[in-house]
Amino acid sequence: MKYLIVTGFLFTLLLTVGGCISSRGDSTADEKPQEVVVFAAASLTEVLTEAGKTFEQDHPDVRLVFNFAGSQQLASQLAQGAQADLFASADQRQMDAAVTAGRIDPADVTIFACNRLVVVTSDSRIDSLQALARPGVKLVIGAQAVPVGVYTQALLAAASADPLYGPAFGAGVMANVVSYEQSVRAVLGKVRLGEADAGIVYASDARAAPDVHVLEIPDSLNQIASYPLASVLDGPLEEDSSTALARQFIDFLHSSRSRDILTGAGFSVECAPALEAPASDAPTSDAPTSDAPTAKASISKAPTSKASTP
Amino acid sequence: MNNPKDLSGRPPVGTPVAQSLSASSARASRADIPALRGPQTLWWGMALPLLFFLVLPLAALLWRTDMAQLWVHLADPAAAQAIRLSLQTTTTTVLLTVLFGTPVAYLLARRDFPLRRVVDTLIDLPTVLPPAVAGLGLLMAFGRRGWLGAPLELLGIEIAFTSVAVVLAQLFIASPFYVRAAAGGFAGIESELEQAASLDGASRWQIFRFITLPLVRMTLLGGLVMSWARALGDFGATIIFAGNFPGRTQTMPLAIYLGFEMDLDVALALSVILIACAFVVLMAVKWLLAGERE
Repeated sequence: MKYLIVTGFLFTLLLTVGGCISSRGDSTADEKPQEVVVFAAASLTEVLTEAGKTFEQDHPDVRLVFNFAGSQQLASQLAQGAQADLFASADQRQMDAAVTAGRIDPADVTIFACNRLVVVTSDSRIDSLQALARPGVKLVIGAQAVPVGVYTQALLAAASADPLYGPAFGAGVMANVVSYEQSVRAVLGKVRLGEADAGIVYASDARAAPDVHVLEIPDSLNQIASYPLASVLDGPLEEDSSTALARQFIDFLHSSRSRDILTGAGFSVECAPALEAPASDAPTSDAPTSDAPTAKASISKAPTSKASTP
Repeated sequence: MNNPKDLSGRPPVGTPVAQSLSASSARASRADIPALRGPQTLWWGMALPLLFFLVLPLAALLWRTDMAQLWVHLADPAAAQAIRLSLQTTTTTVLLTVLFGTPVAYLLARRDFPLRRVVDTLIDLPTVLPPAVAGLGLLMAFGRRGWLGAPLELLGIEIAFTSVAVVLAQLFIASPFYVRAAAGGFAGIESELEQAASLDGASRWQIFRFITLPLVRMTLLGGLVMSWARALGDFGATIIFAGNFPGRTQTMPLAIYLGFEMDLDVALALSVILIACAFVVLMAVKWLLAGERE
């Protein structure tokens, strides 16, 4: 028993020392930039990294730490109490899940970017949306659990309801599915490798992959994926200094500089209301309506003239 | 040594199962030595944190699962399909492992050949690689544009997105566990025994069948169980190489991962089944082998 007490004591000591070391680390954090933890959908990986760099240049006191993963995974992590300051989801459903879990104030949610679906193919013989229903085509799409999978199902339902495609279209396409991938990047990867003949991904993902053919999906059928953004609460209506910094990054993502980065990466911003830009962004700010037509412009094989803001 | 089976006088090596057996004999002999008996509280105090840590997640998982609903969730067609597919593919993997792994293990243990050490290390590689790396490697080799995949497709054989791909992924990840254990077993046999049989006129096959094999049987079984358990649990290599399609390539770990996002209860039910399967099989083999040693 004596030994047990001694061991227990040693352990407590160990933990206390460990605690001291880590808390000392915190106290010196005043000189170091403060970390803002951003949970963001996998499809935002490149664009938010770039936007984050620009933001950090303007705010040397802030260091953004990104956690990119499937939105559904991030929402689950938030629900389980993961530490984060900001959540950018690829669909409203996962943002709602975080709201239900009490980690997001629903009044705080804003849309900051949009995306549309395109077909990517590794086989140039697939030259139309109709060709996806051709027997023998190997198609990969997102799983039902992933936002892109939900949008894909909605797209197929819309096409089947369209007399141009006919009611058999959806079933024909589904019969060609060989894999339901766990993320939009996995879908793209399978097509880039040539494992699959075709896949359905976001326009921004297709932009990042020059080695695949891109087929446009008509606007009448296309699903607009909107990206909701909100700061994450540490507890019920509990805020700390990082929350304020997170707000600054949210404002930046709504600014015209960030919008240029987003449209340059294949996203569109016409769905997102322009918030008043912070002072530093004033010179280039322009009305959201002027962005709208260009952002809607088709993104096909040759990334067409993105004649948005200069 | 009062154990007639262990003629070599060496403890079997290589697998946790075999290791735990040799540990049990060490435990038994050490209890007779007064100096090593002493109070165990210090050891227990030091051991408990890790034991607690290892058991806690499993206990939490079991506690969180509604056992009454377990069967309802398992009757879910997607869950049932995943269980069936996992059993089919792992069984195939284990059979292929025995068939092709035993000769590899025998050669590694018994014959000296050029680059033996290199081959030996290569065999170990898949066990330490991240499974995602294994998946990518398999894609480069057996994918539609891969080294073997492309010619095979010309012959009309398609591997991508089929259950064959699942078996290949499992075989790559899991078979080294068996080869490692079996090689240890073969190496532990005293050659005098086989020489004696040879002098008595036994053929090569008879020596292998009636001398070598019975001596390493336990070690082989232990290695096989380990590789089966590893195959059952593989996620990374399978999802990257074989994809995810219910009934075709969606094994239990994949169904758990996607289920975690769709329906936590189904994911929990499948997790409980996986844990129970692994526990029962590992435990049964330990008992079986311990019984044989008595």
